[in-house]
Amino acid sequence: MVKVIVFPPTSTILADMVERMGHTPLVMSGEIRKKVNTPSLESPPLNITPEDPKKGLRYAAVDVPSGIRGRMSMIGPMIDEAEAALVVKDGNCLVGCTGCARTNELARLLIKVKGIPQIELKYPTSDAEARRFVHDIRTFLEGLR
Amino acid sequence: MIRIAQLSCGAEYSGVQRELEKAAEAVGARLIFPEVALDDVLNVESRFGIEVPSGDLNLAMARATRLVENPDLADAVFVCTCFRCAEGAIVRGEVRRFIHSHSRLPVLTYSFTERTTSDTLLTRMEALVTTAKMKGLLAREKQTGLTAGIDSGSTTTKAVIMRDNEIIGTGWVPTTEVLKSADAALEAALTEAKVKREELEGIGTTGYGRFLVGKHVNARLMQEEITVNSKGAVFLADAQRGAATVIDIGGMDNKAISVQDGIPGGFTMGGICAGASGRFLELTARRLGVNITELGKLALKGFHENVTMNSYCIVFGTQSLVNSLSKGSRPEDVAMAACHSVAEQVFEQQLQEVEVKQPVIMVGGTSLIEGLPKAMENLLGLPVIVPRYAQYIGAVGAALLVSGLLEG
Repeated sequence: MVKVIVFPPTSTILADMVERMGHTPLVMSGEIRKKVNTPSLESPPLNITPEDPKKGLRYAAVDVPSGIRGRMSMIGPMIDEAEAALVVKDGNCLVGCTGCARTNELARLLIKVKGIPQIELKYPTSDAEARRFVHDIRTFLEGLR
Repeated sequence: MIRIAQLSCGAEYSGVQRELEKAAEAVGARLIFPEVALDDVLNVESRFGIEVPSGDLNLAMARATRLVENPDLADAVFVCTCFRCAEGAIVRGEVRRFIHSHSRLPVLTYSFTERTTSDTLLTRMEALVTTAKMKGLLAREKQTGLTAGIDSGSTTTKAVIMRDNEIIGTGWVPTTEVLKSADAALEAALTEAKVKREELEGIGTTGYGRFLVGKHVNARLMQEEITVNSKGAVFLADAQRGAATVIDIGGMDNKAISVQDGIPGGFTMGGICAGASGRFLELTARRLGVNITELGKLALKGFHENVTMNSYCIVFGTQSLVNSLSKGSRPEDVAMAACHSVAEQVFEQQLQEVEVKQPVIMVGGTSLIEGLPKAMENLLGLPVIVPRYAQYIGAVGAALLVSGLLEG
């Protein structure tokens, strides 16, 4: 079983595929669940406090907007933890979206330079492409066993 | 309950959403998020005009579209994005323009960092709520009866006495102890007006010390300076009908307000550093060995192009000041360069966030430093009006507005 970060990191479809193949998906929903379930924090809806963008300084400098650093405080540790990566490019917000294009660029860069096994695919736009897409992901995930 | 529609990107992830909500709650408002259909977000370009790579900004634009189509959904709009995000800044400006040109909803724009607190936002939110809630009072054009206004500012405290639409007394003192300064300014105004305090029918307060002073003098109106100053400005400049732009460069912060029929439509309140405030001009006057009241006249004789000065930060601004003097620059040129530098920052940082429409009215004590409105005129390419009593703008606005509460 391998810890696989998916990109976009909010994609539930990709997370589901990783899980079905017996691996552990690293996704934002898991990180947000931890935040929301943490007792004694009162910063709804996500329970992110001004301390989180400061934690994001590990991944982006202080002159990077706070929203990016706040997002990276969740995505960054997942990249650190990841043993493999499944990256899907050119999807619209329906595939999963952090809401910020700059965060997406930084996350993709950090995944790329980490040097872990990874597959990078274009989001399919036709039925034939979709079948090929699923097949390629399946093959990649099986290879991680 | 006033409903403020929040159109934003990054507020939750910056950890400041709770602060935004606290600021709204403190002024009796509630933040709401207009619902949109998925198609509104996916097709934002066809309705709004642009689409950007960041999903949350597309969502903000879709919400803006929904608001102008259904203006009853909210009473006011708060548009905010992360500080230093270029994409966010472009969308923030476009959303403000879009709402302005398609509705009468008041709009506040802001860029936050993780250090933004509810206290920082309080005056801005208060002004937004006042604009939405008290349109009737703000539309008032005449002062009636005998009223006083006190503007408890960060640097100076001003007071005026008004009787039947005329200013009959003024008082102006440096702010030291807030209450003592307010008493002294009011006393000076009463003496000049030849009026006793107990004869006053109502007192209005504004400025940083408005609540403390208001409680002390039993004021009927305690109001933030954005709505009050814009009212005072259009009253004194005789521009109560139609569009106007009010620029107030204060001792601690600056305000740029876009006004329509005497009511603020959009505004920014800022001052990243004291280098863009009246403090820097005070410091310049001291370094040049002239009184602050003489700095403006001195500046009019100089040329800013002869001195390199960037007062984005007051420390570096002072360094430029010292360097230029040590290189033998003329005091006149240094004085004008200081005025130009302050005006340039307000122009670059704040006037880009509001609709600049004529007449442009400069108010506050700094507007009397003649070099400053002159520098602003040069930057805007538009004439700048400095009305009589410009330094008493807040006190005049408070005296005018409080008279509206005394009727009926």
